[in-house]
Parts: sequence; structure tokens; C-alpha cells
Amino acid sequence: MNFALPMAAGAAALLGLASFVGVDWDAPPVHSEQVGYRGTGMNVNKDAAEVAAGIAANVVPESPWEPDPEGERASEIYENVPVLGHLSDDQFTHFMASITEWVSPEAGCAYCHNVENMASDEVYTKIVARRMIQMNQTINMLWPQHVGVTGVTCYTCHRGNPVPRGVWYRDIEPEPASNAYRDGQNVAGHFVGNTSMPQNALERYLLEDMEIRVHADTALPTGAQDATTKETESTWALMMHMSESLGANCVTCHNTRAFNDWDQSPPQRVTAWHGIRMARSLNRDYMEPLTPLFPDDGYHLGPEDDVLKIGCRTCHQGVQKPLYGVSMMDDYWPVLGEYGPNEDYQVKIIPGLEAPDMSTSNMVKPGTK
Amino acid sequence: MLNFRPEYQNIFTAIQVRGHLEEGVALPENDEQFRRGQPFHSWLIGKVGNAQVGPIYLGFLGTVSLVCGTIAFLIIGLNMLASVGWSPIQFVRQLFWLALEPPGPEWGLKVIPPLDEGGWWLIAGFFLTTSVLLWWVRTYRRAVAVGLGTHVPWAFASAIFLFLVLGFIRPLLMGSWSEAVPFGIFPHLDWTAAFSIRYGNLYYNPFHCLSIVFLYGSVLLFAMHGATILAVTRYGGERELEQIYDRGTATERAALFWRWTMGFNATMESVHRWAWWFAVLTTLTGGIGILLTGTVVDNWYLWGVQHGIVAPYPDLYPGVVDPMIGAGGAQ
Repeated sequence: MNFALPMAAGAAALLGLASFVGVDWDAPPVHSEQVGYRGTGMNVNKDAAEVAAGIAANVVPESPWEPDPEGERASEIYENVPVLGHLSDDQFTHFMASITEWVSPEAGCAYCHNVENMASDEVYTKIVARRMIQMNQTINMLWPQHVGVTGVTCYTCHRGNPVPRGVWYRDIEPEPASNAYRDGQNVAGHFVGNTSMPQNALERYLLEDMEIRVHADTALPTGAQDATTKETESTWALMMHMSESLGANCVTCHNTRAFNDWDQSPPQRVTAWHGIRMARSLNRDYMEPLTPLFPDDGYHLGPEDDVLKIGCRTCHQGVQKPLYGVSMMDDYWPVLGEYGPNEDYQVKIIPGLEAPDMSTSNMVKPGTK
Repeated sequence: MLNFRPEYQNIFTAIQVRGHLEEGVALPENDEQFRRGQPFHSWLIGKVGNAQVGPIYLGFLGTVSLVCGTIAFLIIGLNMLASVGWSPIQFVRQLFWLALEPPGPEWGLKVIPPLDEGGWWLIAGFFLTTSVLLWWVRTYRRAVAVGLGTHVPWAFASAIFLFLVLGFIRPLLMGSWSEAVPFGIFPHLDWTAAFSIRYGNLYYNPFHCLSIVFLYGSVLLFAMHGATILAVTRYGGERELEQIYDRGTATERAALFWRWTMGFNATMESVHRWAWWFAVLTTLTGGIGILLTGTVVDNWYLWGVQHGIVAPYPDLYPGVVDPMIGAGGAQ
């Protein structure tokens, strides 16, 4: 009885400290699902409340109407429709209605268009949107090993937000003093599951192509693998980003007794492998070249003025299959599932080529304060 | 039947025995000056230990050790503070995340790299190591001075061996300071796990196995011994030394209890021998396991496969093939 007061004070102090440092504790109940061979501890654990929230947050919006593929082509009716000109008028209008709901439900058409002249490219977001439509087409055509037949639409990432929520950028906060050395780590890293591991690990793997594999393939040293624990932490940071983004854990893709051994890995690891390459390719070919377009308003670029980039969370948003694996593509295959016939714009999706030349457009250069 | 009040069930010492304040045994003439402080009784200290505090013997070694330790502590702390731009709020919020990081692999074994690229880590490590080693010499010399065996210093030396392997000997063998452990709470834990991942799972490292056996064994022995002695304090069993040379009913009952429950019993003396060896072997075998990792063995899982200690599982995922095979691309 004498200890009731100190115990209560101790518990209060602990909880106070916990809330101050911002711990991410899961309250029971926790769902546990066995995904591997018995006795291997391959159980995916999920917080029941987060699962329920994830289901509620991942409902697919209804298609506004069923578009009629017949009739005059958009290119015959509208000016300046290089990417979607092959659609029927109804398909085109249907997609414009959809993308408005998906991306800018509040600002409406004016988010991308000069409503006095819808054909004009003067609003930069229209250029971005066109490029993003091409990106959608690329994902659905070239990355079936990651997106399967489910496919992706603008909504997969945007979810009604003009800027998708689960993006990443170069993060150097809190900025070290000039004479301090923390090697880009040893703070709570936002994009690496709030661990103290390299906070910009995503840049190394989802933009650059730093080697992810850190294991030796032989029992004894041969000198072939020179990765240290530092590179290992970097790889691990990427893995933390993946598991946090998917609400998954290590054993979703690995038998943790031998992380590197593909023979013991669930097939999800292959999907994830392609996902890493997909995100890297998209960031290089689509996001980075758009950097000069975005205004430096503290919202469209990162604090270091780099473009907001694609990671696993951008689509997955905390669940293993974005939108719980429900495909939205039924009404959008002609729009987002394949490239249009315009050669000039098709060529832009080939990796390594630059974004469309904007010098000819009369758009207002954003970011000029 | 005796009616015992449950005093022995207290977490803290319930009855504080306070005698005359004692100075301890006489020291050689020129050592006497280093015994400092007027001893006094403390009720709070008496709750967990002897109520008498002091005098302390600091001496030259102790003083230098404390100074070096303080320098290391300040270097680490100030680097942590600087790594969040001198923000006291971030320092407190992120304290568990912060660390003083060893130099990157590009610096190899250079002494010393630029301060803001790991040089501070080397300096802090030097002062911390000096502090620990001086403290070891001090424990050895104080043990001899009061006429004890040197069991405490040698047990301490086993822990120091692991410390040196992690931060000095293995980095030397690997040819890079970057192999060493950062000074920080979460970062050193991340290092530990990353170390295991990099080298194919320390679980299959036999010296890691031994270290765990001795660690958990130490815990078990400590629990058994502590419980036994507390259980017989009602018969004066906490006076272990008296019980060793003049075995009384406390020892007899404790011994009988273990013979009844598990067939044999340690003696009042041998249980301490068990405990000492288990504790010493924990860090000794652990240090050997770390020393072999990366230097002699590069992937403990594959080593385990070769030596028949990896359990085979059925091929649950026959369709899974490394996508890089045939892909040719990076990673």
C-alpha cells in the first residue's frame, strides 16, 4: 500500500515521457496471421484498430457514369489533347470528371485549367497532370509484375488530395550544427519508420541505385561482399519504410532466419522487388524532371527544394494492397491502361528522356515570387 | 510453531542495522591520504544497502579515470546536442535516437579523421577506454589493498574484453573504424541488429549460442540464489560467510530444499563459483563470437548449413526465384 503513490507517479512519469517522445504503441487487440511454415514465427501482426481504419479509408470511389467508347474522337473536338486524343468524347469527359474528383474535388477544373481557355497549358498543374497520366499508363503497361491486373489510377495515390499524402522528400531535419557528425541518421527519421537509421535511405534506393543486398553468398569471407553494418542499416531503413507503408512486417516477404535466401521467401518479396524498381524508375523519369515546374511554396516541394517523390506509402497508404486490391480500371483501361497513338508523346515515357519541352507554352513560370 | 512476521518479503531492507561508523582497515602510510570523506549514515541508502556512506578511496587512478570518463561523456553529449542544431527540446525528445557515429568506411583506420566526420568518435572512444582501463587497475589494486582475491577485477576484465572487441580489436582486424559501435541508445541497438543481419544471423554463431546460455544461466542462478538466501533469512541465512564456516539451520534447510526439489544442491560457497563463471563466460564467449564475425565467418546462416545446425523446411514457395537472375540490372 505504501507503494501505491510512487507507483502511480512512476507510471504517470513514464506515460508523460512516452507522449513527449511520441512513441507509437499499439493497443490490443492485435490480429496475428501465420504466413509461413509452422514453428518459423512467420506471423504478420496487425493492430485491429488500424486494420479497421485502413478498411474504412480504402474504399474505391464510384465511376461517375459508364463512358460510351463510340463517337467522335477527343482530338477532333478539342485542341491540345496529345495524350488522350484517341478517346471518345464521352470517355474524355468521363475521365475529366473522374480526375477532378480524384485530385482536386475542391478547386475543380480550375486547379489545372484556365477556365477561359481550357486548351491552354498556362497553368503548370496541367502539364504535371498530363505527365502523371503518362506515368499511369507506364505503370499499367510496363509494371504488371508489381501492379498486376489491378492497375493504378490517379486515385491510388491522390485520394482526393491535390498533393498525395504519402510522398517523401529529402529530410535533413533537425539540421545538425556545422561541426556535428551524425551521418544523416541518429534522429527519428520520418520516412524510415521513425527509426534512428539513415533518414534519407529512400533517396539511395528509390532515386539512386545503391546496392540493397548486403549479405555474403558464402559462409567464409571471400572479399566479394564489402558492405558494412552502415550499409546494412541503410538497407534496413528502406525495409522499415516498406513495412510501415504496407502495414506489414519483415516476414511478409522474408523468412528472417535468412533474409537474403529467395528459396525461403514468400512470393510477396518478388512483387516488392519489382515495386522498388518501379518507384525508382518513376522518380527518375517522371518526378525529378518536373522539379522546375513546382512552386516553392512550402507545399509542392520539399524543404530542400527537391520534388516530392514516390515511395511505397504513396500508393499503399498503410495497407498491403492499395485500396484492398480492388481494381478501379474497368472504366479507365483506354485512358490509363495503354499509351495513346501520339508518337510524339509516347516517346517521352522511354526512361532517360526528358519531360515534354515546355518552352513553347505560354504558361506562367511558377515559383517566381 | 514460530510466528514469523513477513519482514523478509519487503522489496527494500526493512530493518537497518546501524553500528559505529567505521573507517575500514589501515592502509600503507602514503595511501592513507587518498581515503577521503567523513563517513555518515543515510536512511535512503540504507534501504538498498549498508546505511553507511563513505569514506571513498579515490586516489590517482580513480581521479584520472573519472576525469577521462567525464570528458568522454561530455564529448558524446555535446555531439548529440550539436547533431540537432543545439536545440535543447529536440535533444530531450530525441535523446534515445541520438548518437555519436563512428567514421565512415572511407576513413579506414585513420587517426584521426576530421572531427566532424567521426574524429570526435575516436577521441571519445579513447577517453572512455582509458577511463575503463584505469578503473580496472583501480579495482585490482584496491582488491589487493584490502587483502581480497582478485575475482572482481577479473570478472570486470571479461566485460572489458567484449567492450574492446566491439569498439577496438574487431575494427582493427577489419581495417576500419566504421565497423565499430556508435555511442547512442537506439543507434547501438540498430547496430547490433544490423550486425546480425549483415553477417547472416548471429543465431547460428556457436559462440553467440554459448553467450546466451551463460547470460540466461546467470539470470537463473541469480534468481535461484537470491531467492534461496531471502527464504532462509528468517534463520539468519543472509549471513552467508558465517554459514560457510559454521553451517547452521539456514544452510541445512536451503540445501535440503534443493535436494528435495532437484536432487542435489550447491553449497554456500560453490553457488558463487557457479555464478562467477557464468557471468564471466557470458561476455568472454560473446566477445569471441563477435571477433570471429566478418573476420573468419561472413555468413553464419550458410556456416550453419554447412555444419548441419540449420533445420530444413519444406519448399513452401517453389515459384519464387531471385528476379535478378537473368535481369542483369543493378541489385
